[in-house]
Amino acid sequence: MALLEIDELKTQFFTSAGTVLAVDGISYTVEEGETVAVVGESGCGKSVSALSILRLVADPPGRIVGGRIGFMGRNLLELSDREIREVRGRHIGIIFQEPMTSLNPVLSIGTQLTETVVHHLGYSEQKAASRALELMEMVGISDPPRRLEQYPHHLSGGMRQRVMIAMALACEPKLIIADEPTTALDVTIQAQILELMKNLTRELGVAMIIITHNLGVVARYADRVNVMYAGKIIETGTAEDVYHRPRHPYTLALLNSVPRVDQQRSAKLDPVEGQPPDLTRLDGSCSFRPRCRFAQEECAQAFPELAYVGDGHRAACFRSQEIAAGLEQVA
Amino acid sequence: MNDIATSHRGTVSDDVLISVDGLKMHFPVTEGVVLRRVVAHVKAVDGINFEIRRGETLGLVGESGCGKTTTGRCILQLERPTAGSILFEGRELSGLKGDELRAIRRRIQVIFQDPYSSLNPRLKIGEIIGEPIRVHGLIPDKAKRDQRVRELLAVCGLNPAFADRYPHEMSGGQRQRVGIARALGLEPDFIVCDEAVSALDVSIQAQVINLLEDLRDEFDLTYLFISHDLSVVRHICHRVAVMYLGKMVELAETDELFDNPKHPYTRALLEAVPIPDPVIEQARAHQIIKGEIPSPINPPSGCVFHPRCDIVVEGCPKAVPAFREVKPGHWVACTEV
Repeated sequence: MALLEIDELKTQFFTSAGTVLAVDGISYTVEEGETVAVVGESGCGKSVSALSILRLVADPPGRIVGGRIGFMGRNLLELSDREIREVRGRHIGIIFQEPMTSLNPVLSIGTQLTETVVHHLGYSEQKAASRALELMEMVGISDPPRRLEQYPHHLSGGMRQRVMIAMALACEPKLIIADEPTTALDVTIQAQILELMKNLTRELGVAMIIITHNLGVVARYADRVNVMYAGKIIETGTAEDVYHRPRHPYTLALLNSVPRVDQQRSAKLDPVEGQPPDLTRLDGSCSFRPRCRFAQEECAQAFPELAYVGDGHRAACFRSQEIAAGLEQVA
Repeated sequence: MNDIATSHRGTVSDDVLISVDGLKMHFPVTEGVVLRRVVAHVKAVDGINFEIRRGETLGLVGESGCGKTTTGRCILQLERPTAGSILFEGRELSGLKGDELRAIRRRIQVIFQDPYSSLNPRLKIGEIIGEPIRVHGLIPDKAKRDQRVRELLAVCGLNPAFADRYPHEMSGGQRQRVGIARALGLEPDFIVCDEAVSALDVSIQAQVINLLEDLRDEFDLTYLFISHDLSVVRHICHRVAVMYLGKMVELAETDELFDNPKHPYTRALLEAVPIPDPVIEQARAHQIIKGEIPSPINPPSGCVFHPRCDIVVEGCPKAVPAFREVKPGHWVACTEV
């Protein structure tokens, strides 16, 4: 059985402008020790889907209105508030995007690191302190005894993100959710943090869900990639499937619209025209249709199912076979 | 003319538009409330030289705190440089005042990074674009000015009816187009694009990059393209300068810099950029640069990069390496290349 099973998860926001279908029935699984990426652009629902796993969506205006999240034999959506608090930080760790705002500015690094192990594992203060030292060394922070006394504002962005990783790993969770973990960091620091996350998750056998808008970031680290658009997963497969054999026009367009640092410029960029749809006004047809150059009449009738296009590779497009054929012609 | 003309990035002349020489911008750090005293200086920009030719897009890349934005602000005369000269068409900018400064400012425009905070939320889009045109007295007549605003919106790929909307009614990509239309309205020669596409999603980013390129060709614009995104810089720029801790470490034509980087920092930076291709990514060596960027208040001695450098030698902490031309047009500040 998979470690995490998300089935038809639906999260909506009830606003004065209407109901926002932020996450509109997504399903995926995460195996033990596996790294799964969720990629997509602003407002596609990738962060909300991850926050929904830990029930961290603010209510109101947000509410998880349907679905099931199976984790260690339980449905997380049916747990009491007290029970879900025992899952957060203990069995599922989380790393947020902004290392500046996600640490408490008035507590020392040591206090923030020991808090979780004291609360969840019942460690004595002494035992927690030695665990904190161990964690600081694990995430590569030099001079841990001094750093533990310091406050978040003493640390650089990269170092704060290392502290976030240490906190997420403190109770030896089964799963870590990383929401844009490197977006706020410089590129050389990003490379350091990604390498650290990969090494630690492999060493400790922790599964990871990594949420990102950067297609490059996950190419190296993800076992599976889920591409989201307008609240739905529109393509899923191994990183190689998704990057080398895209079968949904949106994935294809995303890959074509980013310039690459390793290639000489050959022509102008080929952007996806138009804007993503308003998530309060989805009509049950394919939400990418207005921007899609493969759109046909059928696409206005219904949202295509996420159908198999290869072994473990699925795409939600009526014309994915033709896209496959077309790509082979070009190649 | 060299091979730039054939590289799909438009044409560049040999005519120098902007010339920056020995530019330094040191910000004082003060202590005390009543008896304020200067205790240190942040050496945001510490002695850089470069030229920008007419029609050229020069990329300025580097990580946070390297001084790339400050360099742009000095050219825009939003900062008074500590030392050095900035010539625009051979005229020194730093001494200009009053009408002379205003006349130059019309010709040097800027597009900012954040399309949310760089548009006044209380003004309609038409007023945002029309105000600088009125201030500079280009089109005094209101009706004609409104007509011009609608033209500018259309040029930037927006519906002219957006003139009556407010910024909050628009998406990030649309707002960035408004910022571009505002800059274009003054018919500038030179635009500083400070992380102009960094806040946009990739599909929208590609649209705005194409717009910037089209406008460059149509209106013979020259850009200083400041960005931390090396992939975008490779795509849009003719030449690229790399900065680190207030110094310029390398400058070359775009493909030369990316295919044949010389400075250890440039190489580390390129190595760190993730490539959206799992097969290539798995095969890459991934030599990850160690350490973090030191404080610009108290930068390392000699070569500022030496504490993080993988080819450091004895002399590096002792002397500041000269910025020298190792090949025609390829400049590097490193003694070991």
